[in-house]
Amino acid sequence: MVLVVMLFLLGMMALLLIGPYFFQKGYAEPTSMPFASPSWQHWCGTDLNGRDLFYRMLTGGTISLLVGFAGALITLFIGTSYGMIAGYLGGWCDAGMTRFIDILYSIPRLIFILIFINAFNERLQQTANHLGWSWLVGSSRILILIVSLGLIEWLTMARLVRGQTLSLKERSFVAAAQILGERPVTILWRHIFPNLLGVLMVTLTLSIPAVIIDEAFLSFLGLGVQAPMASLGSLLAEGAAAINPLRGAWWILLFPAFLLLLLLITLNYLGNELREFHLKK
Amino acid sequence: MTRLLSLFLVLFCVVSITFFLMRLSPGGPFDAERKLPPAIEHQLLLKYRLDGPLWQQYTDYLKDLLHGDLRLSTKYRNRSVVEILAQTLPVTFSLGACALLMALGFGIWIGAFVAARPHSFADHLALHFALLAVSLPAFVLGPLLILFFSIWLHWLPVGGWGSFSQLLLPSITLSLPFAAVIARLLRDQLREILQDDFIRTARAKGLSQQSIIYHHALRVAILPVVSYTGPLAANLLTGSVVVETIFHIPGAGGFLVNSILNRDGFLLGGIVIVYCTLLIFCNFFVDVAYRYLDPRITSR
Repeated sequence: MVLVVMLFLLGMMALLLIGPYFFQKGYAEPTSMPFASPSWQHWCGTDLNGRDLFYRMLTGGTISLLVGFAGALITLFIGTSYGMIAGYLGGWCDAGMTRFIDILYSIPRLIFILIFINAFNERLQQTANHLGWSWLVGSSRILILIVSLGLIEWLTMARLVRGQTLSLKERSFVAAAQILGERPVTILWRHIFPNLLGVLMVTLTLSIPAVIIDEAFLSFLGLGVQAPMASLGSLLAEGAAAINPLRGAWWILLFPAFLLLLLLITLNYLGNELREFHLKK
Repeated sequence: MTRLLSLFLVLFCVVSITFFLMRLSPGGPFDAERKLPPAIEHQLLLKYRLDGPLWQQYTDYLKDLLHGDLRLSTKYRNRSVVEILAQTLPVTFSLGACALLMALGFGIWIGAFVAARPHSFADHLALHFALLAVSLPAFVLGPLLILFFSIWLHWLPVGGWGSFSQLLLPSITLSLPFAAVIARLLRDQLREILQDDFIRTARAKGLSQQSIIYHHALRVAILPVVSYTGPLAANLLTGSVVVETIFHIPGAGGFLVNSILNRDGFLLGGIVIVYCTLLIFCNFFVDVAYRYLDPRITSR
């Protein structure tokens, strides 16, 4: 079962990444057929500008995946360092760092990210223009999204890593390394980090869907990825705007919703299975 | 007392971060409209006390906050932030309270029900359903529910605020993923505790399964759920922003998004302050409840 789901996920990712290249150039452009229902020509119908929805779902899904993976990698970096330091130092330091995590857990972090993105996007674009980095001007928003989502989703990772480090540092191989006079950084990196890899794999798999959800949340509100770029969140927002009692353009909502749901379910399922496997070991 | 102190410290940080993030972004609150003559713009800045160096603006704002004045909104002229909050917060809070009760109620009920029947059909069904629910964030579930129940079946209204039928879909949308998390949490915890010695004692006394689960095991197993209630409240408040947008509910969430887009710093500050205060108090009550339920904490 796990293998089937994993193959399915890989297949879906390959489709998202390679799929757009099989279309002719014109598919991304607006046509004179807005709100066309699904047909052989447009598999998932067209959106309000007459663009092919299937093509937009593929490119949007790629953006969502990219943000999810890159954001999760940032959470991995922050969460692991924070958790290892807190767990290894222990005592007063650990208590303060844990308390900080608790406080962050209890405030609406996404709302601060909303403010943060809007405050820094224009500034980053100005800087990019000034330095002549044209590649950054177009993708500044995505870059900020990735960094800021990484900045808020590391809490669970840090908490788990801290717990593991607390128990690992009592083990005799750590004591042996301490007696040999190794520096704390070396002990953390050489002896404790390799023993954390299992936990890290599990949490990394579970933080990818979490970051994807956050990104879709921001884009749904119109504060994440901006047009003409799309992500699954902004496609969903268009879909939610397209359904009303007068014109039920259900395909604009249903297909992106289904794609996002599939992505999240497979990732969450794999994460859960990995966790069970890890706990049994 | 230290609690109260840390409350003020957190609030102070929250206010400062919001203020500086808003003021550091290029462009002022009056840029979005058509270009104003410099004299008028200067008068506006004077009126909203946004003239002078940044540091002075900041200390002035803090002073006003300490006097309980959240200032005027820069977008909705002549309406004070307090006025807007007084109209919108009751809506957001009733939606949030409703969703909180639903998440806790359904989560605990399903979790306890399933834990009493390990490896049964209901157990497997609930596990798969929990996986589905966790993967259904509000902005996916909400539009789908509207499509099915409002547009195709015509059972419930598509949105708005005021009647019970208009409250139903938003609360379900907001609470379902968290009900799943709670059910999962409680099930795992209960399963573990049902192996404990004191449960064997209770069984040996001849207590019924019902009484064992609801009177003995649940009292211990509920602890992780209680401590999850703090983050849950924060998540619900964040989620209500998007749910209010989907269902066209006139709550504070819509104003929050608009105030960011309009650079309406004082309105944004007001909403953020109220939200954070509420959440900090919520966490305080959760801590008290936890101590009450788990006497081991105080002795430590």
